[in-house]
Amino acid sequence: MNWLLGHFDTLRESLLRLAQQPLATLLNVLVIGIAMSLPAGFYVGLNNVQTFSRQLSSDPQISLFMAMDAGAADVAGIEQRLRTHGDVGRFEFVSRERALERLKRSAGLADVLADLGRNPLPDAFVVTARTNDPGTLESLRAEAVKWPQVEHVQLDAEWARRLDAALGVGRLLVSLLGALLATALVAITFNTIRLQILTRRDEIEVSKLIGATNPFIRRPFLYLGTLQGLAGGGAAWLIVTSAGMALNLQLTELVTLYGASFALEPLSVRDSVSLLGLSAAIAWLGSWLSVSRHLWQIEPH
Amino acid sequence: MAVSQMISVSHVSKRYAGGYQALQDVTFVVESGEMVFITGHSGAGKSTLLKLIAAIEMPTSGSVIINGQNVSAMKSGAIPFLRRNFGLMFQDHKLLFDRSVYENVALPLAITGFPRREIAKRVRAALDKVGLLGREKSRPITLSGGEQQRLCIARAIVNRPAILLADEPTGNLDTAYAEEIIGMFESFNQVGVTVVIATHDEGMIERLGPRILHLDHGRLGP
Repeated sequence: MNWLLGHFDTLRESLLRLAQQPLATLLNVLVIGIAMSLPAGFYVGLNNVQTFSRQLSSDPQISLFMAMDAGAADVAGIEQRLRTHGDVGRFEFVSRERALERLKRSAGLADVLADLGRNPLPDAFVVTARTNDPGTLESLRAEAVKWPQVEHVQLDAEWARRLDAALGVGRLLVSLLGALLATALVAITFNTIRLQILTRRDEIEVSKLIGATNPFIRRPFLYLGTLQGLAGGGAAWLIVTSAGMALNLQLTELVTLYGASFALEPLSVRDSVSLLGLSAAIAWLGSWLSVSRHLWQIEPH
Repeated sequence: MAVSQMISVSHVSKRYAGGYQALQDVTFVVESGEMVFITGHSGAGKSTLLKLIAAIEMPTSGSVIINGQNVSAMKSGAIPFLRRNFGLMFQDHKLLFDRSVYENVALPLAITGFPRREIAKRVRAALDKVGLLGREKSRPITLSGGEQQRLCIARAIVNRPAILLADEPTGNLDTAYAEEIIGMFESFNQVGVTVVIATHDEGMIERLGPRILHLDHGRLGP
């Protein structure tokens, strides 16, 4: 109970101390906030691109387009090949009539299509492979091109895979950026706390002489650092969230022009908590290193 | 070993990193409830001896045993708890000038983790004993030399220590103040506190006829 009260007292004192130097506190919080908002912002961006790409493509599909002069026998032949092929998972036959129907319904091109007089679309198969392994897909595609009366084979998900690879690179960059800025954050809090220690040097020395344990001496500085880290995390959250909202306003207009609907997802609750926790933890580490170094220096040897 | 041995210093030497020999083969015992003066010229090793007793410094050789605990064999994590048995008065006061009189005296209790109400009670009692009640909100800088010294006493006794160690507590004070301060030490001693005082001012303590440990160039003399 006393132990808890002690912590509560330290928390109160630390908050008071921070409030006594509003400008210094504000600047520290801003520095930490901006440093944290960079990786957090990129992370949000990446997540959104990822969800967006998932919406667009599920499993990679291969489209087989038949030649325009292919007859029912040719179609049956291809169907037979697909049915017996080991790498093919599912496939669906889309006749040229059905393709035309779909096109008329979906894209508002009914007028244009009506003017054409004849159906410009070929018969097609939409094939889903048994695996999403790029090698299998590619060899299947290469094989299908050679089948009789097959005009064109297209791997639909090619761009999605490229995007996925790009996202992988992006994630790595975010991690690197995060690690770099986390190190910077440790350095920032180390220095902030070092300054605090210097102004309270006598107090630390006297406390130690009259029986304070190292954890007792560390405690207020750890609170000070952690509180600033937490506030910095909050600032980063505000920066990322408000930037996201501003972007959303612009994006909504843009994507409406393309007839799509898409909105940036803000940081999830879990990610927000992680952001706060992480910046608090990093600041704690910086403070701990700072006080421990000082304590080690004044320790009798 | 008898429990009554509060401080036992045996064959203690202290040599500083520069090669300066501060103490050489010092041996003595202070019984519980005793009042002892350590005298000697400046540089004789009085302060060093007090620092060794309070585990602020470690002896180069020999052993310091406080209330049955061997200080030199102690883990560094245990030393803070040992120090809580001491009331320390430093030669340079070590008051916190950015804190009030009250906060200065409350520090040892806050360190020990007393609840706030208990701290308030004890701080007032200690300040009352040294005649500084009513100055709680003052800054130490506004106190006179004698008052600052009494503030140091209040801080040293507030946690009701078993041992009071004072380094030149009457230095720079005129005789009347000095007598007053020594009188306070006597009254603490009378209630059972072991008191060890280092001073170069031998004339002032003669009338007390106390036990005197005389240091001469780091050696205990007759």
